[in-house]
Amino acid sequence: MTVTTSPEPDGAYLDHAATTPMSAAALAAFVAEAQRTGNASSLHSAGRASRRAVEEARETVAHALGARPSEVIFTSGGTEADNLAIKGIFWGRRAQDTRRTRVLVSAVEHHAVLDPAFWLAGHAGAEIVLLPVDGEGRLDLDALRAELAAHGDETALISVMWANNEVGTIQPVREVVRAARHYGIPVHTDAVQAVGQVEVDFTASGVDAMTISGHKLGGPTGVGALLARRDLALDAVLHGGGQERGVRSGTLDTASIAAFGVATRHAVDCLPKRAARLTALRDDLVARVREADPQAVLRGADPASGDRLPGNAHFTFPGAEGDSLLYLLDSAGVQASTGSACQAGVPQPSHVLLAMGVPEAEARGALRFTLGATSTPADVDRLVAALPQVVTRARAAGLVSGRALGSAS
Amino acid sequence: MRVLAAMSGGVDSAVAAALAVEAGHDVVGVHMALSRDRDQFRTGSRGCCSIEDAGDARRAADVLGIPYYVWDLSERFEDTVVADFLAEYEAGRTPNPCVRCNEHIKFEALLDKATALGFDAVATGHYAQIVTRESTAPDGGVRAVRELHRSPNDAKDQSYVLAVAGPERLARAMFPLGGFATKDEVRAEAARRGLSVSAKPDSYDICFVADGDTRGFLRDRLGSRPGEVVDVEGQVVGEHDGAYAFTVGQRRGLALGRPAADGKARYVVDVRPATNTIVVGPAELLSVDRIAGEKALWFDDVLPGPAGAGAVAPDADGWFDAEVQVRAHGAAVPARVRAAGSTDLEVALTAGPLRGVAAGQSLVVYRGTRVLGQATVARSWRAR
Repeated sequence: MTVTTSPEPDGAYLDHAATTPMSAAALAAFVAEAQRTGNASSLHSAGRASRRAVEEARETVAHALGARPSEVIFTSGGTEADNLAIKGIFWGRRAQDTRRTRVLVSAVEHHAVLDPAFWLAGHAGAEIVLLPVDGEGRLDLDALRAELAAHGDETALISVMWANNEVGTIQPVREVVRAARHYGIPVHTDAVQAVGQVEVDFTASGVDAMTISGHKLGGPTGVGALLARRDLALDAVLHGGGQERGVRSGTLDTASIAAFGVATRHAVDCLPKRAARLTALRDDLVARVREADPQAVLRGADPASGDRLPGNAHFTFPGAEGDSLLYLLDSAGVQASTGSACQAGVPQPSHVLLAMGVPEAEARGALRFTLGATSTPADVDRLVAALPQVVTRARAAGLVSGRALGSAS
Repeated sequence: MRVLAAMSGGVDSAVAAALAVEAGHDVVGVHMALSRDRDQFRTGSRGCCSIEDAGDARRAADVLGIPYYVWDLSERFEDTVVADFLAEYEAGRTPNPCVRCNEHIKFEALLDKATALGFDAVATGHYAQIVTRESTAPDGGVRAVRELHRSPNDAKDQSYVLAVAGPERLARAMFPLGGFATKDEVRAEAARRGLSVSAKPDSYDICFVADGDTRGFLRDRLGSRPGEVVDVEGQVVGEHDGAYAFTVGQRRGLALGRPAADGKARYVVDVRPATNTIVVGPAELLSVDRIAGEKALWFDDVLPGPAGAGAVAPDADGWFDAEVQVRAHGAAVPARVRAAGSTDLEVALTAGPLRGVAAGQSLVVYRGTRVLGQATVARSWRAR
């Protein structure tokens, strides 16, 4: 095996769920706006030019996602939008009805949703209910309905992601909305992974708020948005100059927002063709990974069910640890992810896999491959070529470390 | 060679990694996470295991242009180093966790995983030298013998805590700082390469005892166990909160109610876990000139064997001349040493007694700069 100590330009990038390459059109839009001076809140001509670029992007994003421009609140990214949704909706709904202190989130949410929810529990008297999922990571709707039947009038907010970032399972968001409506509970969905991969329509979905992110769909990092219905009670998290309906103060990042608009439109326009292509490529990847390592277990929804993001493949490799697999693949020029959050760089067993009932030892052997606009069959070839030796070595390391006990041997 | 550089976040391991890179090896930096609860470990610049240290290690790897990973060895660390630390104190002995960490973590868990992943060696920032020499056996066969030697930097020499790794494991170790005579030179090398850790303070104390309060740590983990302090005649002279918190030779922290009849200072001369009793007595009782060691290991070509005569020439009873060191920061003293069976050794000090030789500490046998063997102190006593 060859070891490279510098990034390989021809490496296989299989981590589009972490971030995507910026499209040429988005980059051009970014550069054009970054070269101009102008605060979108200023009333003079420079400010008006900046404001115009922001508002065009707002219209573009709204149009691409079935929202009205006035429903788009630009943020610094998905995490900020999730924080605004969880805290802002909780505060807003509880102010209307003080009995409403419960926050319902699925157990497989991103930390950008879970952590603000648990922060509310620690600082604002919220009661957090983690909604269970099935073995494929899909929300248990019966559990949600039972929870609502018992405590619907005390619930301030439900947050269920559109699609999971680790295992790619698409959630029954419309059913969540249907169940919540009866009790007057606002619903938020984190659609960061979904936009550009599957069809997303804000209004048609019936949700009250939706998080989207720039860099997951070919735009720049540092920009995202919360789509929020105008009748939603939403308190501000960032206070200041009153930008973005007074809900999100701060000078607007015109360059990033312009690029975000271009990237969103492009991702949505290309969706039907790209989704078909990525599905075929992903199915090929899954089949060949299973061939290369018959012990590998595909986690998440069955790809044939249609309940899975087209670009997502997620496996556990019994007896191997994810960080060993990651290192060995990286050495072979293949960039993937364990999929789960790190604490100080330490891979933790994924809370998503644990919520799906995967034993901790098996969860340690997780590896996520995610495809996107720039993915090619050659990327899959490179992965499949490297995989057998990588898995063998990682299993040997798993044996001496004595931790990855999920071996199916 | 493919080299894994263990990077603590300190200046030594950063320079060691840099030297491995410059020697032409394919180097990957790995930081060991030794606690899941990072708050447990000391923060700021004093320690080697905090989040800041992980960040410093990552930054050094960036500057060197090498890949960087964090390996979670926290369970192994808890199961071996911390568990041993508690069990040894509970048994009335004085553990050396840095020795256990080298034995079980750096040169076992880390080294074995690195080997399995295809690395040829693990480089660390230790101050010690590995000397490879060819040895000719009686049958004419030639083989490479690895010797462990002291660093020329007397103040920093770590051969004492490394000896436990033994020759086979050290064959896969690399100590790029082995030839450095002073820490200032290492800092200068770091600064020359733009490594931001060049001025970082040295780490001291025990990394998993967050505030340096070993007694408090033991009390938290083992609970309060009040008992009696007695003198050598068996008279109760005080009380304590747990015999485990005391070590032979200790004077401070005894809180004795009555002064000794002769007015002299009293020291812990024995810790008796079975009765949870501390025995105190005059300093003279601490002086020993005989030591029995257990879990002995010998480096290659030290004792006579099938491979040849060995470096030492034991007399008819197996005794040979050497020096022994029984504390991390103590000097080696002249001694007669012999192997006792395959797992023990015996030591007779020849230049006068030593004070406060605690069971549980490492005993390393030297000849000059060369490490001959090592053991754990089991008992010590006064023969004459």
